[in-house]
Amino acid sequence: MSGRVPWALMVPALAGMAFLVLPLAGLLVRAPWSTLARRLAEPQVLEALRLSLLTATAATAVCLIFGVPLAWLLARVDFPGRRLVRALVTVPLVLPPVVGGVALLLVLGRRGLVGQWLDHAFGITLPFTTAGVVVAEAFVAMPFLVISVEGALRAADRRFEEAAATLGASRWTAFRRVTLPLIAPGVVAGGVLCWARALGEFGATITFAGNFPGRTQTMPLAVYLALETEPEAAIVLSLVLLAVSVIILACLRDKWVNSP
Amino acid sequence: MSRRLFRWAVAAPLALVLAAGLTGCGSGTADTSAPASSGGTAKTLTVFAAASLTGTFTELGKTFETAHPGTTVKFNFGSSATLAQQITQDAPADVFAAASPATMKTVTDASLAGQPTTFVRNRLEIAVPAGNPAKVKGLKDLADPKTKVALCAEQVPCGAAAVKALDAAGLTVTPVTLEQDVKATLTKVELGEVDAALVYKTDVIAAGDKVQGIPFPEAEKAINDYPIAVLTKAPAGGLAKEFVDLVLSPQGRDVLTKAGFDAP
Repeated sequence: MSGRVPWALMVPALAGMAFLVLPLAGLLVRAPWSTLARRLAEPQVLEALRLSLLTATAATAVCLIFGVPLAWLLARVDFPGRRLVRALVTVPLVLPPVVGGVALLLVLGRRGLVGQWLDHAFGITLPFTTAGVVVAEAFVAMPFLVISVEGALRAADRRFEEAAATLGASRWTAFRRVTLPLIAPGVVAGGVLCWARALGEFGATITFAGNFPGRTQTMPLAVYLALETEPEAAIVLSLVLLAVSVIILACLRDKWVNSP
Repeated sequence: MSRRLFRWAVAAPLALVLAAGLTGCGSGTADTSAPASSGGTAKTLTVFAAASLTGTFTELGKTFETAHPGTTVKFNFGSSATLAQQITQDAPADVFAAASPATMKTVTDASLAGQPTTFVRNRLEIAVPAGNPAKVKGLKDLADPKTKVALCAEQVPCGAAAVKALDAAGLTVTPVTLEQDVKATLTKVELGEVDAALVYKTDVIAAGDKVQGIPFPEAEKAINDYPIAVLTKAPAGGLAKEFVDLVLSPQGRDVLTKAGFDAP
């Protein structure tokens, strides 16, 4: 399709782009470029960055393992209360992350409903551990994956699955060999969203996992604390996080999604 | 019909953008005109105060409103550092009450506030969950590796005070977490996730039955001064000084000491 781009679309599109990009430009303008190298060399920065990438990736893996089957259940199996479950899945999206962190403490904390039992039976306590960071990030990021995978499943042509079934494939085989390859772009897109959300997670992480350098202090936490005393250091940290995530996402996009 | 709807969908955001631009210009003039109209008839007093003053200042605000009929006192409670930053970015405020001289200094250094006065002081206490499950008795129990301890991060005033107190006692404590503010630190105690934490005495009192406070002598070395000042650009003018006077009055001091603050 070609022709003149209608101004009714172009003007809001440009306004929307400016709205999203200008704050980033603000960071770039205010960045203390002269001291950038020195600040980046600080060991805490690299430690926080390493921890952020590690936990966001682990959280994405957790979300894929549990989220894709959950999306399939919501899209393909008719069960009573499905609407309610679908609404509940999106709760972490609307819940303020700090509240999500408190909720996680009430369930998985040392005195929590499940956490108490974990502590007694296995001696496992999640708060204040790196695993706790992964739990908090997965809690907040999972809905992004479930929603996009469910959307992909609904948009996918079910006749392929039906054909597989008539050829004798079980539902599990059909899912693995037919459905999953069909919705792969949706899963990747959901995974990317999920990873990005986990990378920027702050509220649930600091509430549930606390803040300790090298163990639970991810980049967003380091940024927040730097803001208390040294706004310039906070800008540097934010830029590092942004640069790394933009590079990784751009590379992934080219690799996985063959869009122009 | 659907075409008209579509036009609206496009036009509405545009209108919003335009409106935002217009009010953006408008608010500038509103700001400058505010002091002119404040000659005795100003209706709103805006107070920026440290989060630890939430309870006491809300109470004093009500007292002030009763004494000045027609006046509304608005509060912005938050981390002192954040508030100081907002003030230096020209947030419209009349009074600033900070939890540390350092945060007040960033405002006075920018010539945005008059001479600050120390109006209260706050001391640290050990906070333990109700029942004190880890049997913490004093500061040295916090150095026990088996005791899970939460401290405030060194960047925020309660964390700086904790470091000072621990240094004075010659103790090395490895906390499980360095929290972003005193309330978050206290939450970890309330939920029983940690065995002990160092927070302000006022926070222990405000938390009620869920938390027990244990005073310790080294807290004397880490007393926190709270300065208050009228801001030079105060839109409410004279009302700002009257509010500061109320805070410094015996009546104000009474409210503050009841909440656990020390008189300066």
